[in-house]
Amino acid sequence: MKKFLMTLLLVPVLAFANEEGVKVDKAPVNVQDYASIQRGAQLFSNYCLTCHSANYMRYNRMHDIGLTDDEIKNNLMFAAEKVGETMHVSMRPEEAAKWFGAAPPDLSVISRSRGADWLYTYLRSFYVDPSRPTGWNNTVFKNVGMPFVLYGLQGEQELQVEKKMEHGKEVEEEKLVLTKPGTMTQPEYDRAVADLVNYLVWMGEPSQSERKHLGIYVMAFLAFFFVVAYFLKKEFWKDIH
Amino acid sequence: MSTMQKLLGWVDERFPLTANYKAHLSEYYAPKNFNFWYFFGSLALLVLVIQVLTGIFLTMNYKPDAGMAFAAVEYIMRDVNYGWLIRYMHSTGASMFFVVVYLHMFRGLMYGSYRKPRELIWIFGVLIYLVLMAEAFLGYLLPWGQMSFWGAQVIVNLFAAVPVIGPDLAVWIRGDFVVSDATLNRFFAFHVIAMPLVLIGLIVAHLIALHEVGSNNPDGIEIKKNKDPVTHIPLDGIPFHPYYTVKDILGVVVFLMVFSAIVFFGPEAGGYFLEANNFIPANPLKTPPHIAPLWYFTPFYAILRAVPPIFGSQFPGVAAMGLSIVVLFFLPWLDRSKVKSIRYRGWMYKTWLALFVVSFVTLGYLGLLPPTDTATLIARICSVIYFAFFIAMPWYTKFDKTKPVPERVTG
Amino acid sequence: MSDHQVDRGKRRFLVAASVAVGGVGAAAVAVPFVGSMFPSERAKAAGAPVEADLAKVEPGMLLAVEWRGKPVWIVNRTKEMLDLLGKHDDKLVDPKSEQPQQPDYCKNETRSIKPEYLIAVGICTHLGCSPTYRPEIGPTGPTPDWPGGWLCPCHGSRFDLSARVFKDVPAPTNLVIPPHKYLTDTKIIIGIGQDGKEA
Repeated sequence: MKKFLMTLLLVPVLAFANEEGVKVDKAPVNVQDYASIQRGAQLFSNYCLTCHSANYMRYNRMHDIGLTDDEIKNNLMFAAEKVGETMHVSMRPEEAAKWFGAAPPDLSVISRSRGADWLYTYLRSFYVDPSRPTGWNNTVFKNVGMPFVLYGLQGEQELQVEKKMEHGKEVEEEKLVLTKPGTMTQPEYDRAVADLVNYLVWMGEPSQSERKHLGIYVMAFLAFFFVVAYFLKKEFWKDIH
Repeated sequence: MSTMQKLLGWVDERFPLTANYKAHLSEYYAPKNFNFWYFFGSLALLVLVIQVLTGIFLTMNYKPDAGMAFAAVEYIMRDVNYGWLIRYMHSTGASMFFVVVYLHMFRGLMYGSYRKPRELIWIFGVLIYLVLMAEAFLGYLLPWGQMSFWGAQVIVNLFAAVPVIGPDLAVWIRGDFVVSDATLNRFFAFHVIAMPLVLIGLIVAHLIALHEVGSNNPDGIEIKKNKDPVTHIPLDGIPFHPYYTVKDILGVVVFLMVFSAIVFFGPEAGGYFLEANNFIPANPLKTPPHIAPLWYFTPFYAILRAVPPIFGSQFPGVAAMGLSIVVLFFLPWLDRSKVKSIRYRGWMYKTWLALFVVSFVTLGYLGLLPPTDTATLIARICSVIYFAFFIAMPWYTKFDKTKPVPERVTG
Repeated sequence: MSDHQVDRGKRRFLVAASVAVGGVGAAAVAVPFVGSMFPSERAKAAGAPVEADLAKVEPGMLLAVEWRGKPVWIVNRTKEMLDLLGKHDDKLVDPKSEQPQQPDYCKNETRSIKPEYLIAVGICTHLGCSPTYRPEIGPTGPTPDWPGGWLCPCHGSRFDLSARVFKDVPAPTNLVIPPHKYLTDTKIIIGIGQDGKEA
C-alpha cells in the first residue's frame, strides 16, 4: 500500500519531467473588457484577416461587444458586404500553402486549441533570422511560416545567446533583444497584443459571457431546489427507523 | 368514482398501468439501508435521458460529412440558439456518464451486488458498460477534430492486430484505407441509432432482472428472507415510492449542481472533457505531438501499452485490453466468499480491492501520459495487480476470514 | 415503519412545492431546446434585407427577387392597370385590406407606398404555391372580365394587380406585402419597413 502511495506521488513528477513545452507568459485576458476586445478586433481586421480567415465568426456577432452595424461596416469589414457574413478571406488555401509552406490556419477557435498564453507569447517572440525565407523566426514556434506582420508596431528583435553561471556550470540562455524600435514602446506593444489575444479568446467562444451569466441563475435555482428537496426527503423519511 | 378513477379503470382493463406502478414503484420493496453509493444507478438513468435529449437536438444541426462536420459543430456553438448549451451538456454528459457508471460499478464490487442471485444483473451491467464505451468512442469521432481523427485511427488500428484477418477487418470497419468520410458516416449511424437502441434494451433488461430478485444493500443481506408473516412484505424493505423517489430527487439535484457547474463554468474541464487539440480540424497528414484517449478509456489504454509486443505482433496488448473487460463477466463465479458485503469480509478482500482501485486509477493516470520507461514499469505492475485481483479471487475470498452477518440490516 | 403522527398538511405542502419547483425547472430546460429550433444566426443572415433596383422594371413588367428564400414580386403597374383597380371591389374578399396582410403604410387601394410599384410576396395564401403573373386585361385572361393579376396554378386562386384575392377561390386572404422602404427614388430595401420595423 505504502509503495503504491509513493508511486502515486512520483507519477506527477514524471509528468512534469516529460513536458518539453516552452515557457509562456500569462496573458492578461478579460472578456468583460469590451474596449480591449474592440481594440483587438481592429488589430485583427487590419493585420490578421488579410491572410487568416475566421470562417465560423459572423461580423455582426460583434454586437455582443458593443459595436453597431455601422461601426462594424466602416471600421472592421474590408472583405465582406453584409454584416451577417462570416470572416472569409479571399486568398485560396492552395496558393497560401505555396507562399508560406502551409496554409494560414482559420483563427475562429485558435484560442481554444493554442491557449491564450501561448498566443500572447508567440506574438511577442518573433525575431530576425536571415536564414528563413520570410526573414523571421519565432522562439515559441520554431521555423514558423508566418512573416511577422506586426513588426511595424513592435520593431525588430534579435535572438542573443547569453552565457551565465548557474550551479557552478556555464549555461547558455537565449534572450530576445529589441534592436530597432517600432512605432510602439514595449509596454504599448504588450498591451496591443493583449488586446488582440483578448479578442481571439472572445472570438473562440462568443457565448462564454452568456454561459457564465446563465450559470449563476441555474446554480441559484438548483440551490433553492436543493432546500425544498431536502425537506421533502426529511419529512418522508421520518417514517423509517 | 371520480372521473380520474374511471379513466384509470378504463386504462387498467386494457393495459396493466396500476399493476406496473405497484410492481415497480409503490410496492417495490427496497432495503431501507441504502447509502450514498446507491444514488448512482438512478443518476446513470438521468444522464442517459440528458444524452438522448441533447443528442436528438444536436442531430438536427450536425452534418456527418468529413467536409462539413467540424464546421457544423462550430455552427451549433455559435449560430444555433442555445446550441452551445446543448453541445456542452452532451460533451459533459459523456464524461459524467462514465463518472457515474464507474462509481456504480465500484458499489457493486464493495457490496457484492454481482453475487447470486444477481449474476444476470451484473452481466447486463457489464454489457451496458461495453456498449457505453462503444457509444462514447463512436461519438468522439463526430466533431472531426484532430483528436477525433487520430483517436479513431489508433483504436481502429487495434483491430488490425488481430491475427490473420486483422488488416482486412480494420479496412472493413473504416470502409476506407484511412479514417475518412465513409468512417464518419457509419460511426454517426451507429452513434445515433444502433448503439442507443441496444443500450436502452440492455438497461431495460438490467432493471427487469433487478426487480425480479430485488436490490442488494450495504449489508449484503437478502431482505426477502425476513418477511412479515401476515403481509409478506420484507421487514427491512420500504416501498421505492415515495421513500426512494424523494431520496433520489435529492441526489438528482446535487448531481445537477455538479453537472451545471461544469457545463456553465468549465465545460472543457481542464482539457479532460474537451481537448484543446480537438479544436483543430482533422488533418490526415499531421498527427498531434501527443495523443491520448479521453480519460475514461485511459486505464485500458495503459494496459494495452504495458504489454510488450511478442514476435513483433501487437496482438498480446490488444488481447490483454480486451481481457481486462471480459474478465468482469466472470466475477460472480470467481468470488467464493461466504458473505457479500465488504462490511463482513476480512482483510484480504479489503486489501485486494484497495490495490485494485489504486492500480485502476494509476493506470488511468498513466494512460494520459506519453510512455516512458518508468511509466511503463508502473503500468506493468498495475496491470498485473488488475488481473491478479480477478485471477486470485477464488483463493483469497475463500480463505479470507469473514465476520458473522446479522439477521437484519443495520443503520 | 412506525405509527408516529404524520403531518399530512406539511407533506402535501412539500410535495406541491417540489412539484412546482421541478415544473419550473423543466419549463426552463425546455427554453433552450425549443429555442434551438428557431432560425439560427446563419438563417437570419441569409434572410437579411435585400435591395432591389426599380429602374430595371419596365412598365407592366414583373421582377422577382429572392428574400428569405421566397419570391418577392416587384410590379411596375401602368396607368391603365391602376385605373382598373377600384372597379371590382364587389368581387374581392378584402378590398379595403382590413386583414393584417400588409404593413400599415401599404393599407391603401394600391397596397403600396408609390402607387405604380407593387411589392408583394409571391406565395399563395392557400397552400404556398407561387401564382402565375397574368397581366393581360380582358377576355384572354383567366376570367372574361379579367383586370390583370395572378392565377395560382395549384388550385386556381385568383388575385388582382394589388395582390387582393377574389371571392370564391380557395385562398382565404390577400397576398402578403413585405415590409420595405425606399432608399432612393428608384431603390428599395425589402425586409425593413418605411417605419423602421424589421420583419
